Amino acid sequence: MLAYATKPSPPSDDKRWKLVEASMRRNGHEPNALIEVLHTVQELFGYLDEDALRFVALSLRVPLSKVYGVATFYHFFTMKPQGEHTCVICTGTACYIKGAPDLLKAVEETAGITPGETTKDNKISLVTARCIGSCGLAPAVVFDGKIGGKVGTSEMAEKIKGWMQ
Amino acid sequence: MTLEELRQIAQNEREKQAQYKHRIYVCVAAGCLSSGSDQVKIGLETEIAERGLQNSVQVKGVGCMGLCAAGPLISVETEGKMYQNLKPADAGEIIESLGSRTVERLELDTNLPFFAKQKKIVLENSGQIDPERIEEYIAAGGYEALLTALTTMNRAEVIEQVVKSGLRGRGGAGYPTGLKWSTVAKAGGEGNTQKYVICNADEGDPGAFMDRSVLESDPHRVLEGMAIAAYAVGANHGYIYCRAEYPLAVKRLKLAIKQAENLGLLGANIADTRFSLKLDIRLGAGAFVCGEETALIASVEGKRGQPRPRPPYPAQEGLWGSPTLINNVETYANVPAIIRNGGEWFASIGTEKSKGTKVFALAGTVANTGLIEVPMGMPLKEIIFELGGGIPNGRKFKAVQTGGPSGGCVPEQFLEMPVDYESLAKVGSIMGSGGMIVMDDSSCMVDVAKYFMDFCVDESCGKCIPCRVGTTHMHNLLAKITSGEATQADLQLLEELCQVVKDTSLCGLGQTAPNPVFSTLRYFRNEYEGHIEQKTCCAGKCQAAAPKSKGVGA
Repeated sequence: MLAYATKPSPPSDDKRWKLVEASMRRNGHEPNALIEVLHTVQELFGYLDEDALRFVALSLRVPLSKVYGVATFYHFFTMKPQGEHTCVICTGTACYIKGAPDLLKAVEETAGITPGETTKDNKISLVTARCIGSCGLAPAVVFDGKIGGKVGTSEMAEKIKGWMQ
Repeated sequence: MTLEELRQIAQNEREKQAQYKHRIYVCVAAGCLSSGSDQVKIGLETEIAERGLQNSVQVKGVGCMGLCAAGPLISVETEGKMYQNLKPADAGEIIESLGSRTVERLELDTNLPFFAKQKKIVLENSGQIDPERIEEYIAAGGYEALLTALTTMNRAEVIEQVVKSGLRGRGGAGYPTGLKWSTVAKAGGEGNTQKYVICNADEGDPGAFMDRSVLESDPHRVLEGMAIAAYAVGANHGYIYCRAEYPLAVKRLKLAIKQAENLGLLGANIADTRFSLKLDIRLGAGAFVCGEETALIASVEGKRGQPRPRPPYPAQEGLWGSPTLINNVETYANVPAIIRNGGEWFASIGTEKSKGTKVFALAGTVANTGLIEVPMGMPLKEIIFELGGGIPNGRKFKAVQTGGPSGGCVPEQFLEMPVDYESLAKVGSIMGSGGMIVMDDSSCMVDVAKYFMDFCVDESCGKCIPCRVGTTHMHNLLAKITSGEATQADLQLLEELCQVVKDTSLCGLGQTAPNPVFSTLRYFRNEYEGHIEQKTCCAGKCQAAAPKSKGVGA
């Protein structure tokens, strides 16, 4: 195994990097901990940027290309910063047939964003999920981490308007 | 930990429970939580504290009670009553009524077919025990199967019971579990080969939430099943590969592992035997293909989740090249009951080739959405119209979709059909993991096929060409049909393409991606024709295009 003369140093002196390093230590800096570590970074920073990927690659001794490959392969990881509020619309089968497309339209009409986009003022991000497993509450939407069930289009628009102010 | 010590813990816990005159269970699984059951629980606790009833009335959070549509749900266990659609403000009235009357306006009839017709094995503790306390699982007979297996049965005897039970994989394909176990047990010969067990908790099918519910409601049952499996096949290390989209399930699993380790039910030398087992959790990151076993293994290894050709099967060469047993959450959850009651008992439930029960997630346009567990072989009609309560808003049943994006739509003429692996396969669908999406006449079947194809386009891992390119072309053709621009030649091309993708894809995702098209073409060809010839959609759905998904996060 390659040995580095110096330990790779974090991209900045942000304290959150200490937690990322702790997560790598817990996993013995094994290359197979890559996904676990990326989860930690995203949980702490909200997204993965190039500096983060470089740091993780060096620390776990995984080629940067592979780290980039993993980060972009999985839907859960995002390389764009999220807005102040995040709205996740579930587009699972049950939600789809119970009106998720109408909810997407409502957000687009109210805030002018489509899935994967963030408003220009960085207030609201819209994402879709394949299924959040709350099919009994279809259509379901996750507003800033809190699940809302049986969401109607007007309720949806109200919520978005509230966030826009 | 010996069997006697375990039984002592169980007895202590039962005595503790019996001290309370009234026991109220509040569902704190994800469904009810999102409709505010945590607030209801606080409300009840406050009312009890105000009345000074802490020593006679117990309130505890329990797992899923099944009828998610009516949440938040509570049950007054000591009186056999259930209440639905609760608000924190109702707490006072509930507490007042204890032991004297029923709060009728909130009552949920426990004699409804939804409850009465179920047979619970996997879900026997769901809605009964606090998933965050191992003592309650033990009081319900938990870990007894593991200790019995470790101290009184050899590995071959454990496998023999599983073979006898006729249990088949609950993840979708229905491979005989006992056979899988004995293959892994034999792999590597008699030496001390490193082996692994993996629990597939990457429930990716949209519209399915069985595994989520089991993990949130009774995590120890899955751990016990895994431990028995590890003992039987000779593994000492296991991974639970769970979706990151299920934070509550992950939290409860982590807690459960810690509790079991503290009691010596996991870890080194369990029950003073030579058997040791370390369990770790690996988080998925939103890739449907990781439900495929070789892709799942790649993901546990920290790589992109891309499948590889089989053989070698994971039973021979799996995680880090070692023999690996992979089973689904529900499969493992069946194991403790099989060891406790014997394989023959399990085999007495269900049909000739499909034994035991199956958990289904009922969703879509059906009155009682939620989670049910029924014996294999129950007629589809009974599930949808009796347990499910039929189609709401006076609409008409059109089809039920089973098996997610790899499955198919079962139309009205097969409603009498028993639900088991063979019958579903015969009509062109699959059992799958247990999602059942009911659709009424407002759903357009071409649109549904397009929806699933959109899913497959997004989820194709890109490794093999038939799936990567084929799914996109199939989606384009379906979009052309729904927008009314297609010709008969397009339909023919679509059918041809489906066959090619099915025959030539590398893994299950690609091979089954055309299934929704096949099954809708088989039973609803007239709808395809309608879009092409008359340029109309009989359900009035097809003006708007399906949403294109970008990015997942929850």
